[in-house]
Amino acid sequence: MKSAVVVFPGLNRDRDMVTALEKIGGTPPVVVWHKDAELPDVDLIVIPGGFSYGDYLRAGAIAARSPMMDTIRERAEKGVHVLGVCNGFQILTEAGLLPGVLMRNASLKFVCKEVKLSVANANTPFSKEYASGQVFRCPIAHHDGNYFADAETLKSIEDNGQVVFRYAEDTNPNGSINDIAGITNAKGNVLGMMPHPENLIEPAHGGEDGRGIFAGLLGPVNTYG
Amino acid sequence: MTIPNEPQITPQLVADHGLKPEEYQKILDLIGREPSFTELGIFSAMWNEHCSYKSSKKWLKTLPTKGPRVLQGPGENAGVVDIGDGQAVVFKMESHNHPSFIEPYQGAATGVGGILRDVFTMGARPIAAMNALRFGEPDHEKTKHLVSGVVAGVGGYGNSFGVPTVGGEVQFDARYNGNILVNAFAAGLADADKIFLSEAKGVGLPVVYLGAKTGRDGVGGATMASAEFGDDIEEKRPTVQVGDPFTEKRLLEACLELMATGAVIAIQDMGAAGLTCSAVEMGAKGDLGVELNLDAVPVREENMTAYEMMLSESQERMLMVLHPEKEAEARAVFEKWELDFATVGKTTDDLRFRVLWQGTEVANLPIKELGDEAPEYDRPWVAPTVPAPIAPDAVPQMDVADAVLGLLNSANHSSRRWVYEQYDTLIQGNSLQTPGGDAGVVRVEGHPQKALAFSSDVNPRYCEADPYEGGKQAVAECWRNLIATGAEPLAATDNLNFGNPERPEIMGQIVHAIKGIGEACTALEFPIVSGNVSLYNETNGRGILPTPTIAGVGLIPDHKHMARKGFATEGDAILLIGAPEGWGTHLGQSAYLRDLHGRREGTAPHVDLDAEKATGHFVLSLIREGTATAVHDLSDGGLGLGLAEMAIAGKIGATIDAADGNPVAAFFGEDQNRYLVTVRAEDAEKVIASAPVSAVRIGKTGGESLKLGAARAISVADLAAAYEGWFPAFMGATIN
Repeated sequence: MKSAVVVFPGLNRDRDMVTALEKIGGTPPVVVWHKDAELPDVDLIVIPGGFSYGDYLRAGAIAARSPMMDTIRERAEKGVHVLGVCNGFQILTEAGLLPGVLMRNASLKFVCKEVKLSVANANTPFSKEYASGQVFRCPIAHHDGNYFADAETLKSIEDNGQVVFRYAEDTNPNGSINDIAGITNAKGNVLGMMPHPENLIEPAHGGEDGRGIFAGLLGPVNTYG
Repeated sequence: MTIPNEPQITPQLVADHGLKPEEYQKILDLIGREPSFTELGIFSAMWNEHCSYKSSKKWLKTLPTKGPRVLQGPGENAGVVDIGDGQAVVFKMESHNHPSFIEPYQGAATGVGGILRDVFTMGARPIAAMNALRFGEPDHEKTKHLVSGVVAGVGGYGNSFGVPTVGGEVQFDARYNGNILVNAFAAGLADADKIFLSEAKGVGLPVVYLGAKTGRDGVGGATMASAEFGDDIEEKRPTVQVGDPFTEKRLLEACLELMATGAVIAIQDMGAAGLTCSAVEMGAKGDLGVELNLDAVPVREENMTAYEMMLSESQERMLMVLHPEKEAEARAVFEKWELDFATVGKTTDDLRFRVLWQGTEVANLPIKELGDEAPEYDRPWVAPTVPAPIAPDAVPQMDVADAVLGLLNSANHSSRRWVYEQYDTLIQGNSLQTPGGDAGVVRVEGHPQKALAFSSDVNPRYCEADPYEGGKQAVAECWRNLIATGAEPLAATDNLNFGNPERPEIMGQIVHAIKGIGEACTALEFPIVSGNVSLYNETNGRGILPTPTIAGVGLIPDHKHMARKGFATEGDAILLIGAPEGWGTHLGQSAYLRDLHGRREGTAPHVDLDAEKATGHFVLSLIREGTATAVHDLSDGGLGLGLAEMAIAGKIGATIDAADGNPVAAFFGEDQNRYLVTVRAEDAEKVIASAPVSAVRIGKTGGESLKLGAARAISVADLAAAYEGWFPAFMGATIN
C-alpha cells in the first residue's frame, strides 16, 4: 500500500509519522509539501500533528483552507483513506471532512501524557487490528483536543458507529464530549484522532500499542528495526 | 522622509544606556569624537554585561574547555562535542531571567526560542530541551502568576517548534522573590564535519538578513538585562521581545536546507542586541569590517529609526555571509518557507563597522574594539565567609516517616508533573526517559543503539553557604545524574546566575563558584563547552542565591544498557554505594533543615572529587554489565528521599535496615558522591566485594510499603499521594 504524508508549514510530527509508516509498512511514504502541484496517487493520505501556521487562528483553520485540502477532499470522496492525527484531526474538522470541532482543552493547558483508549468500533480500516472494546495505551500532546459536536451531530456519529476511539479508564485529558478521541466520516474512510499512535510503536517507546492503526492500514505487520 | 535621529548626548542619556562615565570616556578616546545617538546605542548594546561578559571574562578563562571529544568550546553560539560515528552533539544553556520576571510568558518563550536558534545556527537539528526554573517562595504574591506564565511560555514555544523537553529543575526560594531564573537549555544533533560558525571569511561578500521582519520589540533588552531592578519594573515591559515559534520552525527548516546547499560561509543568529551584535561578532571574529545598509532591512513597523533597527531584539532572525554565486539558490529556499531574505550589507577589509541609513552614515566604529576587544574588568572581590558547621546536638529531631512524607509534599521536593505535562516530552519519537528521572534520555537518530542523556543541576543553598563547594557540587551532581542513567558524561554548559558584580561580596561568590566548577570539571574530565552569565539579578539591592546552573550531556553507547531510578523487581538487594560509615552524616544546608524546619545553617557538604569519580565509574560499570537493576543518585533530601523516589517510580516498596547512630543523619544527611543501586539478591555479595569504594547492603525491595529502619512503614500509595499532591494543590488545579 502506498502512502503520502502531507506537510503544511508549522507541522512538527511529520518526521515521527514518516518513521512510523516506514517502520510498519516497510516502505517510506511520499512526503508532499502543501504547495506541490501534484498529490501522488496513493492509497493512504496522512496529515500529521503540529501547529500548522502556528495555530494562530483556530487550530487547523488556515491549513484547512489551502488548495491542497481541496485535492485531499476529492481523493477522500473517491474512497482514498485519509488519517489526520492531532493537528491533522483539527485540520480535517476545519475543512469539513469530519464533523464537530476541537476546542481548547478543558484545563486550558497544553497536556502531554499517556492515556488509555478503548476501541468503540473495530470495523474500520483504522481499527481492525484491535478487538472491539479493547483498551490500549496511547500518548497525547495537544492544547486543543476537546472534541465537541451539537446534540444532533453527536447522535448521528454515535448511531453510525463513527466514534472509533474513546478515552478510557477516566483518562479523558481534555474534556471531550462522550470521551471521544477519534472519529471517522460517515463513509468510514477518513479518520481523525487526537492521540499520537506514532509515538508508541516500538519497545524503546515503552510499548507498541499504537502499531495496530498503521498495521491495519498498511497491510501485514512488518518487523521493526 | 527623514526622521530626526540625533538627541543630544548628555550624561543622563549615557547613564540611561547603562554606560558608566569612565566607559563613555573610553568611547570618546576610542573614536576621538562624540558618538552619534545610534553609535551610543551600539556601544551600549555591545559593552553591556550580557554581551561582553566584562565582569566575568577574566574568571571564565580559567575553566577547562578542552577535551578529546570537544570540537568547539565556548565563544560560538553553542559548544560541539564528538559522539562518534561522524556525529556531534551541539548544546548550550542560556538565561532569560530579567524578561521572564517582567513578562513571564513571552520572556520564557523567547528564552527557549533563543537557545534553539543558538543550536540550529551551528547546523544542528534540535533534539532535546531542558529548563531550569527558579521562583520566589510559594506564598509570595507573584509566584503563582510567574510559574503559570513561565511554564506556559516554555511549553508554548518548545511544543510548537517541535522539540521534546526531557528534563530540568523547578525550585522555590524567597531569595528569588524579585528575580526569578529561567535558564533554557537546548541540544541538537549534527554531522561532526558540517558545523557552521559565525566567523566571516572573505571581503566584499554579501551579508544577508533572513527570517522574520524587524520591529520595535526588545529595543534595549540586553541593556535592561544588565541592570538591577528597582520599583520602575513595570515600565520595562516594552523591552521584552515577543516570540513566534511558527516562524522559528520555518527558520530552522530553511536554515538546514540552505546549509545543505553549501551557500553558507558564516551564520549568526540575532539574539541579544540583534543586528548590532550579530554583525559585529561576524566581522570581528573574521578580522573583517562590515557595512550595513538599513534601508534594505525588512521591517514590520513604519518610521523605524536607525537606532531602533540596530537595537531591536525582534526574534527569529538570522544574519549570514553567503557565497555570492549561490545567492539565488539561497533566496529560493527562503521564499519556499515564506521568510524574508534581504542582502543588507557586505564584508569589508577596513575593520570598521559602518551603518548607512537613508543615504547617510549613522555609525562608523572600530569593529574589533566593539566586539572581541570590549572592555574587561578585574572587579574587586572578597572571599566569601563560610558559616560554622552545625553542631550535631543543634539538629532538630523528627520522626523519619513524617520527615519523608513532609519532604515529598514540599515545594522543593514534590513531583514536577504539573509542570512537565505541559511540555511535549515525546515529539520526535526518540524519548527514552522523560522528566521525572535522574536525567532525560533521547535516542540518537541515524544510529541503532546510541542515546544521549541530559541533566541540569545546582544547589543554590550550598552555593550561598560556600560558593566554592557549591560550584563543585553542581558539577558533581550533574555528572552523577548522567552516570545514573548509564551515560558516560561528555561535557557541560554553565549558566552562571548571580547578583551585582560591582559588590565585592557578590564578585567573591562568582570567583569562588567558578573556581569550584573548574576544579570539578577538570577532575571529572567534564569540560565546559559553552555557557552564559547572568548578573545583576537583584531587586532594590537584594541579590538572588548564587545559582551557577550546570547542564551536562552524556553518551549511552547502547541504550539496552540504560538505568532507571524506579525499583525494578521485588526481592532485589539495595546497595548504598560511595557513602561514609553511618550512611549519612552531613545535615548542614540540608533540605531536612530548610524545608522541614525553616533553618539555613551549617556548611555545604564537601565533594571529594576522587571518590566521586571512583564511585561513578564503578556504578557505570554495574549498569554496563547489566548487574544494576535500578540506579538513583543521592542529593537533596538524602537517602530517605532517594529511597522514596525509587519506590514511587517503581511502584514497589522496600525494607531498609536500621542505621547505626542517629536516624535523621543517616536518612537525611546530604553527603556527596553516593548512589543507590539495586541488584539481584544473588549478585549482592559479589558486587560489594568488587567495589573500589564503600558499598553497603542496606535492605531489599518488595511489598507495598517503604520501611525505613525503625520508623513506621508508609505505603507506596501514600508516598505517591504526598509526592504528586503538592504542585496541583499549590496551583489550584487538578492535573487533568
